[in-house]
Amino acid sequence: MSRVQFKDYYQVMGIAREATDAQIKQAYRRLARKFHPDVSKEKNAEARFKEVGEAYEVLKDPKKRAAYDQLGTGPRPGEEFRPPPNWDTGFEFRDPGAGADPGGFSDFFESLFGRAGGPHAGRGRNPQGEDQHARVLLDLDASLQGGSRALTLEGRTLNVQIPKGILPGQHIRLTGQGFAGPAGDKHGDLFIEVDFQPHPLYRIDGRDLAITLPVAPWEAMLGGAIKTPTPGGLVELKIPAGSRAGSKLRLKGRGIPASPPGDLFVVLEIALPPAADEKARAAYNAFAAACPFNPRAQLGV
Amino acid sequence: MLTGRILEETTVLTTSELGRLCTVEIQQIVELVEEGVLIVETESGGEWHFAPSSLRRARTAIRLQRDLGINLAGVALAIELLDEIADLRRQISLPR
Repeated sequence: MSRVQFKDYYQVMGIAREATDAQIKQAYRRLARKFHPDVSKEKNAEARFKEVGEAYEVLKDPKKRAAYDQLGTGPRPGEEFRPPPNWDTGFEFRDPGAGADPGGFSDFFESLFGRAGGPHAGRGRNPQGEDQHARVLLDLDASLQGGSRALTLEGRTLNVQIPKGILPGQHIRLTGQGFAGPAGDKHGDLFIEVDFQPHPLYRIDGRDLAITLPVAPWEAMLGGAIKTPTPGGLVELKIPAGSRAGSKLRLKGRGIPASPPGDLFVVLEIALPPAADEKARAAYNAFAAACPFNPRAQLGV
Repeated sequence: MLTGRILEETTVLTTSELGRLCTVEIQQIVELVEEGVLIVETESGGEWHFAPSSLRRARTAIRLQRDLGINLAGVALAIELLDEIADLRRQISLPR
């Protein structure tokens, strides 16, 4: 058996070893809502959600819980673990097809309780293997440029050509890469839901992108051509005279190269040069003298 | 090297296709329509067609129902609130 790490299910759920069934359920419901990948913005939400689900799978079932408790606290969490010989005498957990969540329980769980459920449980009428679903967080460049990425999905690594222009929330379909059928052939399909990591330059809104472009006050007020990064490379962007902070310029078709392609929005931000030396201070003073201007006129002061 | 295709661009999302992709019976997709979670885009030959974005929405709804034990009305509310949060995030990142 490969190295298996002991898991402290009570610690995972943040409850005492003496917790009642009601307390366990309560803790599970609270943590499931907190870490549900569709709801949560927490880091590692998906991993935490699975971990909590696994802990609950054991602790909610009096038989499994009793067997687990009998292991004591085991080695320290994280240390190598082997179930004692015949540890489950009288419990008999090795009946596949009994359980809940298809796939995704830890080696520790499987070393104790076997493979619970599995994707084929209860859907035996289909000779075709079941479809498999996964989610990945890609870098935006994978969609902007296309290209291959090594994706690790439930223990297996696949080299996948990312379709150029794929949008957040869309799915990549890999035919025949899902689970095997009952006869070990006729695999189902693999569907990968795509989302993107935050990008250092661009914010993502569906097929559109946005970038904040700092400009000097004279560039904003007098207008001019300014170099701007876009996914396709640097462009000279014409800033209209009289632009303000928050002004939005649209570069049509320069967002995510989907069909139709998205747009790139350039949002202007006014950056002020520091009054760092005598010359700069004199320039600010001259500016003030030349432009009588009350920025608080609207406040009546 | 595996080459995938974008599902949303190559598949017409019918009720039965959505059922397959969400691994649920068709009846559950129908319930999501009746609750207003999914919108039927067009209807032809007695078959419903859904917008491409319906797949993620349906899968989210099914997962929330299954994982958090909330009923249909609760799921519909949760999805509306999630939409609203996504909208607010968009407004923060893309000021109007």
